[in-house]
Amino acid sequence: MGSARFWRFLAQRLLKMAAMIVAIAVANFLLIHAAPGDPASVMAGEAGAADPQFMAQLRAQFGLDKPLSTQLLIYLGNLLHGDLGMSFRQGRPVAGLIAERLPATLLLTGTAFAFALAMGMLLGALAAQRVGRWADSAITVLALGFFATPIFWVGLMLVLVFSVWLDWLPSFGMNTVGADYTGWAAVADTAQYLVLPALTLGLFYMAVYARLTRASMLEVASQDFVRTARAKGVPEGRILRRHILRNALLPVITYAGIQAGQLIGGSILVETVFAWPGIGRLAFDALLARDYQLLLGVFLCTSVLTVVVNLVTDVVYAWVDPRVEVG
Amino acid sequence: MSDFVRIFVRNRGAVVGVVVLALVAVIAATAGVLFPFSPWDMRGAPFSPPGDPDFLLGSDSLGRDVAAGIAYGARVSLLIGAVSTCVAVLIGVTLGAVAGYASGLIDDAIMRFTEFFQTIPSFVLAVVLVAIFSPSLGSIVVAIAIVSWPPVARVIRAEVLSLRSREFVQAAEVLGRSRLSIICREILPNALSPLIVLASLMVASAILLESGLSFLGLGDPNLMSWGFMIGAGRSVIRLAWWMSVFPGVAIFLTVLALNLVGEGLTDALNPRLARRR
Repeated sequence: MGSARFWRFLAQRLLKMAAMIVAIAVANFLLIHAAPGDPASVMAGEAGAADPQFMAQLRAQFGLDKPLSTQLLIYLGNLLHGDLGMSFRQGRPVAGLIAERLPATLLLTGTAFAFALAMGMLLGALAAQRVGRWADSAITVLALGFFATPIFWVGLMLVLVFSVWLDWLPSFGMNTVGADYTGWAAVADTAQYLVLPALTLGLFYMAVYARLTRASMLEVASQDFVRTARAKGVPEGRILRRHILRNALLPVITYAGIQAGQLIGGSILVETVFAWPGIGRLAFDALLARDYQLLLGVFLCTSVLTVVVNLVTDVVYAWVDPRVEVG
Repeated sequence: MSDFVRIFVRNRGAVVGVVVLALVAVIAATAGVLFPFSPWDMRGAPFSPPGDPDFLLGSDSLGRDVAAGIAYGARVSLLIGAVSTCVAVLIGVTLGAVAGYASGLIDDAIMRFTEFFQTIPSFVLAVVLVAIFSPSLGSIVVAIAIVSWPPVARVIRAEVLSLRSREFVQAAEVLGRSRLSIICREILPNALSPLIVLASLMVASAILLESGLSFLGLGDPNLMSWGFMIGAGRSVIRLAWWMSVFPGVAIFLTVLALNLVGEGLTDALNPRLARRR
């Protein structure tokens, strides 16, 4: 794709992404206001005082007595400054809490995604190669199975087998409490805590990608240019690598990129099961405490992350595949 | 019709799926007969292991019968799965038909709206909605419907777009039939097959969504559901593995059955689409 067209495409997609983010922010604002109990009553509840004058004072202080449209503008303005409101239960700004926990979630989802994509493509390609035979049936059944199991149950079963019965791996947390490792020891320590959660989150999506890869490879393998290459006498291995894989894997990778947002959503369940200190767990705690500002802050964050990942996926796809139309 | 049945039964997985679903439905319907007490009743010693004559699948931390919980939970899962799918289909069909028929600006607006809902991580949105509007059967059904309707809208819109210019629709228009009647009586019956396949998969994902919500404690507090049971068993998993395992198996079998039936329906309703096995 020509350089100029690519930049135009990028600009268009960035604009679209910005519009999407604004829409999400507005939706978030409406949800905050649909939540029972405004911040003033929550604060009054914490302070133990609830007389009408105090509440009115709090409302004026937080601008809650202004018309909704003004509040919306103030909210959007705050967002631009990175102010996501206050978590009244924890007494800290939401943005700070999220920033603290975000790296843990990114580590978990990133690892799970990489695992799911790599294993999924491997198994799918294997199944497509041996279509109709034993390996294909086994992989298809396995994929179907993982696709039908609830993620949190897979997590619990893995804990049961590997933590409770075999005692090979730890069952919750991100690192050994009180052991204060640094450097490579810390990395190794966290790695063993990462195994089960990443496996849990990844197995479901591995099933999705395996089936997709299998279907995609079977479709590409039946196309004319592959038959031509065979007729020309190109060795089978080379056909596989240069023709089939390249064309079949691209749609899988793009679909995976679009699905990445759902992965972040699934992390709520996995982080809850494994007490992994990420934003999913933060959302769960906010849920229990009915801390709506925090909950919706996490919601906004995950949505924006999803949109950004979608954009990156689109751009990479457009850059790699010269057939993609711009605009 | 007989062609459809013939192709469907050739798919062994689909037949297994139908049998399992029928079993689940029967258990759900006869739960009151099999277990003539409330699943919330404390029936005996807590943490009884499975295999007990009183507690076939064990008992939980309060002495409640796990097997009874699974039987009554089947009702909840099937009910929520079916109703939320119906609501989602209603929303999706309405928006998809309007978008496909109106075209132009309205179509654009509806498509943007659909895209918006497809971009937001659906489970997080469902959690947020149920949390804000207080967990209850109604709020769960609505929340699941809200995150599930976009694929329906897309399918219906595609069907409407492709069928709009066909002769039988044009004939109906010339005859002066109202738009609504054209959509309902000419277009929708043709869109039925992709819709049925989609619906079966949607019920499966609705059941998974509901179990996830219940697991997090966002289920209707008056309903014993499979997700809730797994959540309750989580903290005592070292003591009582059966509390978490059996409800999970129930979810797995039901969702698997629905997926298999969905695949069978895809094959049977699209005989021209040769599927490589």
